[in-house]
Amino acid sequence: MPVTNVISEIKKDFIYNLLIKGERVDGRTFDQYREISIERNVIQKAEGSALVKLGSSQVLVGVKMQPGEPFQDSPNRGVIITNAELVPLASPNFEPGPPNEVGIELARVVDRGVRESKALDLEALCIVPGKQVWIVFIDVHILDDCGNILDAASLGAIAALLCTKVPASKFGLGEDYILPLRDIPIATTAIEFSDVLMFDPGVDEEAIANTKLTVITTASGNICGMQKSGTGMLKPEQAYRIIDIACEKAREIREKFLEA
Amino acid sequence: MITMDKTDISFFKDGLRLDGRRADELRPVKIEVGILTRADGSCYIEMGGNKVIAAVYGPREVHPRHLQDVTRAIVRYRYNMASFSVEERKRPGPDRRSYELSKVSREALEPVILTSFFPRSVIDVFVEVLQADAGTRTAGINAAAVALADAGIPMKSMISSCAAGKVADTIVLDPMKEEDNFGQADLPIAMTPNGDITLMQMDGGLSPEEFHEAVEMAMKGAREIYELQRKALVEKYSQLAGEPGKEEVHACD
Repeated sequence: MPVTNVISEIKKDFIYNLLIKGERVDGRTFDQYREISIERNVIQKAEGSALVKLGSSQVLVGVKMQPGEPFQDSPNRGVIITNAELVPLASPNFEPGPPNEVGIELARVVDRGVRESKALDLEALCIVPGKQVWIVFIDVHILDDCGNILDAASLGAIAALLCTKVPASKFGLGEDYILPLRDIPIATTAIEFSDVLMFDPGVDEEAIANTKLTVITTASGNICGMQKSGTGMLKPEQAYRIIDIACEKAREIREKFLEA
Repeated sequence: MITMDKTDISFFKDGLRLDGRRADELRPVKIEVGILTRADGSCYIEMGGNKVIAAVYGPREVHPRHLQDVTRAIVRYRYNMASFSVEERKRPGPDRRSYELSKVSREALEPVILTSFFPRSVIDVFVEVLQADAGTRTAGINAAAVALADAGIPMKSMISSCAAGKVADTIVLDPMKEEDNFGQADLPIAMTPNGDITLMQMDGGLSPEEFHEAVEMAMKGAREIYELQRKALVEKYSQLAGEPGKEEVHACD
């Protein structure tokens, strides 16, 4: 059982009373994101890396690549392995030890975005069919959890992949080259709290909400992955609205930060 | 989801699917209530080729104790696949997929369980997938919801779960293995009979319009499953009620 955020009743009331007036704790509108900054290639030892700041949330993503064996059922396709570390330095709620279900879910949703958008051409990552393919490790390191680390991690993963150099020369497989990407998936998360939908929730907002919906959209405006989490409910109309806004937000983020 | 190159698999023949279903048709569903003796509540479900058993224990004491919540019962959900349930033997024990499915499945059921009635206790839900054929999480949730009712756990409503998918650019209900493996999208949902969604996941590719269509189709499927869950529960309990009144005899009398 993961330790969940505890929030005082008085703080909860405060957030709720602001919300009735259409306001948020940090003065944002309901669909406004915190400031985003992406710094690439921060780790020279990694094939690609990105440090994402979403407000004060900080996530570092590193990509490593090495040749390895393909899976038996896909002998001519590269392999993506996504892992997330919720290290205890990032939040009083994270504990040392093997990943808990929150960390596993986070890694799997980040993975879903990269995989289902087909951003990586896995067939192009085949070296010798059935024998040797490129294995792409996407490692997410949460540094400071100030809310919505899923969007930050997802953004970090694609930003790191965008600047990943395939280390072919290191393994005697020719010259290094930039990893080609075919899409830029963006994850957008909203919470529902007493019929209000709030995007890019902060920690306290996450703590009061029972329902969270993450929508991953592709450059063409399609949906390539979704995940509802939390013990609350959601009306279909609310899901439709989140998707509409998510597509728009994702486009803005993609244009501003990731498209050269 | 594995997507193959353009293979020769055709998903439709004369407007029907590989197993003869229409696009908006469920696979055959069989639900049996109370099939285990030791569990407080149980349910066996077959949805197409899926065979899943769910058992509920509790409310009972929490172990380890530090997990207990003084205001309500905690809910635990363990989704587990038998190693023989799939084509290639699965390594026994939990993997990352089953951790995630356990989490979202628990969160699909928790909204309707009146946990505040049982502070400091735990409601354990165990789901064993005996045979898998696409849609095990939805089958597990359907069985678990019935098992919770069978265990007499107070709930605000039933939870019913169903997936919709996209194959050959067509939205289909309750995808089977081939459609799941080689299809274009998978969207499992769970909901209350009122249409409040408690589980929603998606992978693949859908336009916003297709998403609407898929949600509506999955909800239609869930409503049909709800009727079957209800029928199964009513059948079991009306049978019990219908038994000729046996005089209760106590050992100490």
